[in-house]
Amino acid sequence: MRHLIDIMDLSIEELDEMIAVAKDIIADPEKYAHKCAGKKLATLFFEPSTRTRLSFEAAMYELGGNVLGFSEAQSSSAAKGESVADTIRTVGCYADIIAMRHPKEGAPIAGTRRSTVPVINAGDGGHNHPTQTLTDLLTISREKNRLDNLTIGLCGDLKFGRTVHSLINAMSRYPNNKFILISPDELRIPEYLKYETMIKKNLEFVETDDLENAMPELDILYMTRVQRERFFNEQDYLRLKDSYILTPDKLDNAKEDLSILHPLPRVNEISVAVDDDPRARYFEQVLNGKYIRMALILMLLEEAKRNPVPDWQKQ
Amino acid sequence: MIIGKIEDGIVLDHIQAGQGMRLYDILNLDKLDCEVALIQNAPSGKMGRKDILKIDKLIDLDIDAVGFVDPGITVNIIENGERVKRGKPELPERIVDIVKCKNPRCITTIEQELPQVFNLTDRKNKIYRCAYCESKAK
Repeated sequence: MRHLIDIMDLSIEELDEMIAVAKDIIADPEKYAHKCAGKKLATLFFEPSTRTRLSFEAAMYELGGNVLGFSEAQSSSAAKGESVADTIRTVGCYADIIAMRHPKEGAPIAGTRRSTVPVINAGDGGHNHPTQTLTDLLTISREKNRLDNLTIGLCGDLKFGRTVHSLINAMSRYPNNKFILISPDELRIPEYLKYETMIKKNLEFVETDDLENAMPELDILYMTRVQRERFFNEQDYLRLKDSYILTPDKLDNAKEDLSILHPLPRVNEISVAVDDDPRARYFEQVLNGKYIRMALILMLLEEAKRNPVPDWQKQ
Repeated sequence: MIIGKIEDGIVLDHIQAGQGMRLYDILNLDKLDCEVALIQNAPSGKMGRKDILKIDKLIDLDIDAVGFVDPGITVNIIENGERVKRGKPELPERIVDIVKCKNPRCITTIEQELPQVFNLTDRKNKIYRCAYCESKAK
């Protein structure tokens, strides 16, 4: 049985396969409309989320399956003090696959310790969000028809932005990608990512605070929101939240085939006026999120069918 | 300063000066009912200054914990007043329930009976990271 906790749990071959399945779903949705008939997905959201939860639920419905779950910890047994491991094991008695979001980092690993069904990490605090990265990879693959030889600008909160960390990790596995890391000093990527991944893997990267200067080079511009919930100190949040706001004039010297991505929700870091620019691809990205989640659910259910006994029961 | 010989026990030598107390805490030596001596800043030809721990009992030593604190420590096993074994610990690939994750956002801060697991992610710099949240062990 497989789970998806971290994007690095998937090999390049598995990623390629999943992206290929997602593209096939887009081309012929009818072929997949009953693939999960009789199956149930549990969405366990210990932390509120709109798009990720709805994306998972829409994905399961489009595969012909059903959905159950909760959308905040207060309406779950976690409010009574139940452990994550017990909640997951219990829900495994009702559902065939689980997507969970939790504010604590590493919670999905605790959840898999006694799980009898595949668990998908739908975000654990500021740590990982692998299905967003799958979404990003499918979007880049559809936009550029490749995942290598790209110059990727990541802009905004690179310190707490889990989607940024996962995307760097994922794109670092494809050759000749260059990263331009655009952020205020206080929100630069964490030291461990810089030293233990980027420098260790000999990746080409530049750290800068100048978005406009970096713009002409970029194939992909990945904007992020400065997230209020990641700050212990409100003053720091207020000081940094408006660091980068993308407006149409800043795109004047951008490439014609630039793709602007954003994991959403946005606050004000991309002006609404940019939405009409054909290079703005963030709403297509949302749609891609549903398709790649469909491909992921199919892969994990298929794997669970082949290998139904979880590792902890084998020991 | 004179600390007597031990008959049956363990001497942890060549502890980096200043790390003795940390090792004492990590090994939970305060829970033992035997004599334990911590010598700090002892002169050392090789290290300048070093710490030494003497335990007057053959306890089940958590060798991973010793290796985690410093793989340069020398472990001496004493039986009948004689040293019968001497060696240095390996830097363990994984440590379990030796140190706690200090990240307030980590699941280990709230989940009951979850083992505290850290993996060695950078051997050269001896960096361990929490198996759950990937924060650095401190």
